[in-house]
Amino acid sequence: MKAKTLFDKIWDGHVVRSIKDGPDVLYIDRHYIHEVTSPQAFNGLKERGIPVYRPEKTIATADHNIPTKDQHLQIRDELSRNQVERLNENCIKYGIELFGLNHEKNGIVHVIGPELGYTLPGMTIVCGDSHTSTHGAFGTIAFGIGTSEVEMVLATQCILQPKPKKMRITVNGNLHKGVSSKDIIMYIISEISAGGATGYFVEFSGSAIRSLSMEARMTICNMSIEMGARGGLIAPDETTFNYLRLLPAIPGIKDMESAINQWKTLTTEPGAIFDRELVFDAEQIKPMITYGTNPGMGMSVDDTIPITDDKNKEASSSYLKSLDYMGFKPGEKLLGHSIDYVFIGSCTNGRIEDFRAFAQIIKGRKKAANVTALIVPGSKRVEEQMAAEGLTEIFKNADFEVRQPGCSSCLAMNEDKIPAGKYAVSTSNRNFEGRQGPGARTMLASPLTAAAAAIKGKISDPREFFTE
Amino acid sequence: MAKEKFDILRSTCVPLPLENVDTDQIIPARFLSATTREGFGENLFRDWRYSKTGELNRDFVLNNPKFSGKVLVAEKNFGSGSSREHAVWAIYDYGFRAVVSSFFADIFMANSLNNGLLPIVVKEEFLKKLLGLIQKDPSTEINIDLDKQTFTIVSTGDSVKFAINSYKKECMLKGLDDIDFLLSIKSQITAYETNKSLAK
Repeated sequence: MKAKTLFDKIWDGHVVRSIKDGPDVLYIDRHYIHEVTSPQAFNGLKERGIPVYRPEKTIATADHNIPTKDQHLQIRDELSRNQVERLNENCIKYGIELFGLNHEKNGIVHVIGPELGYTLPGMTIVCGDSHTSTHGAFGTIAFGIGTSEVEMVLATQCILQPKPKKMRITVNGNLHKGVSSKDIIMYIISEISAGGATGYFVEFSGSAIRSLSMEARMTICNMSIEMGARGGLIAPDETTFNYLRLLPAIPGIKDMESAINQWKTLTTEPGAIFDRELVFDAEQIKPMITYGTNPGMGMSVDDTIPITDDKNKEASSSYLKSLDYMGFKPGEKLLGHSIDYVFIGSCTNGRIEDFRAFAQIIKGRKKAANVTALIVPGSKRVEEQMAAEGLTEIFKNADFEVRQPGCSSCLAMNEDKIPAGKYAVSTSNRNFEGRQGPGARTMLASPLTAAAAAIKGKISDPREFFTE
Repeated sequence: MAKEKFDILRSTCVPLPLENVDTDQIIPARFLSATTREGFGENLFRDWRYSKTGELNRDFVLNNPKFSGKVLVAEKNFGSGSSREHAVWAIYDYGFRAVVSSFFADIFMANSLNNGLLPIVVKEEFLKKLLGLIQKDPSTEINIDLDKQTFTIVSTGDSVKFAINSYKKECMLKGLDDIDFLLSIKSQITAYETNKSLAK
């Protein structure tokens, strides 16, 4: 028999029916929803007069537009409040489990799914949010969908999907000190561009990936959408199983060890063919930073901004427009460039390990006077753990503002906006124009690079803090 | 539920010669708080159409009276970033019925097809030529024949075939809806669940 990829094994096992020269009808094991992309889908069900087909397979949270201050009070913004209330009503009406605002397990959808044990190896997972790819870290096919598709899943637990092509990205070798999984994925995106994996589902493999914790793997899979990939996944291994073994309870799993034995078959078989293969060397990777307005515009923090976006041609007008928005020039060095804001959080880097990494540099120091620093845990659980481990104390002593969980300044739907023209070093996933507020200038980086910038008040190399 | 049908479209075009136009530009996040699908066209490309103080940005193509039409033409990787279907609702609500690029982000492509907005992928050289023609002569008309899968520049007769899977093509030609189709195969879905012991 032909050797199969992990992706094929999961996909093929979930095809209810194939349509000739069309998409597959794919069965969905886990559906996550949030307040922003679900209301129109529920409206659709009401118009059709149909119920949610399998409500127990959908999990809801409020995360995108909620405030990160005074969450116990009524939401001030009327439209946001209305959206959160619609979600509450819809979940009650249709019997969907909701970890809403002020719930003790509330948090960003891609943080709480894994930490509550709802994301398990071999599953198909969708959510009306592009960073659903995060869950691929557990060896799942997980991807973002639109609201029409949210309605399909609510109505039938299925979705119509053309099967994507397959790519394998192998990263071998050891990471240098001060370099993290965020730098790996930012490096890959800078190498292949923001559209470089469009049409593909990516499997990440290699010794550098294997050596990463589950949380670090989630950061990698999270940002696979930023190179255009439909999603990214990593075959489950002992790291995955140990993470799951330590969770308090896993819904629907009675015998953990027998489940793990089944999950051990979730591998790509030797000799399986990918449509495209890329190999990178972890030792080449330095701490990364973006200089433009898409995640492909990234470089080593000590590098200079490229003169052109295409080695064989003059810089394109899109490239120059992007640098102009950022207030940068081709050939400029960013190290030492003054910054105004630091944002630590999001579904990319809002987990406990991210805050531990951040604290490594912050501990015993003060933030620079010119920097406003916002720390937003990814979930209530992360918030509690930060406090229990003394990290909250470290951040407060360093004059950082520690907020309550939510998506916050990553997309700035709530009040957490970066003012126009200001520079923010952010651990989130998108540096698009206006992403963190109209006119805001975002530079993406790892928690370590963000910490270094917060302490020095300018773009800095985090490796300096490890040789002192 | 029935949707607007798409068969033949003859129209002038609006050129947007930019790469990597992400969905945050198409509709910024601060306009996503609505709970219905209507009215997003008003804020399409909001931060490019208006200055920070709310005045019309005369340099932006949607504010240029020379350009109008039901077809938006942009450069590579259109619709990247957030999965927000609001981006497609905004483009459609504004009045566009087709978008042309050398490639689209996957989720945007799916969202377009689910809302009657036809995404047309053409080769980079053809795209450059088309953009050049439109910018030189805003009255340049194109003709899209979905059934024949052809995209033609009327004045020059340049015509290219575009790809679309036959299921989606049928849906757009007839104004059919995926959910109606999925509901019609419910028994197959239930049978799949029984085989996998997934049923409640």
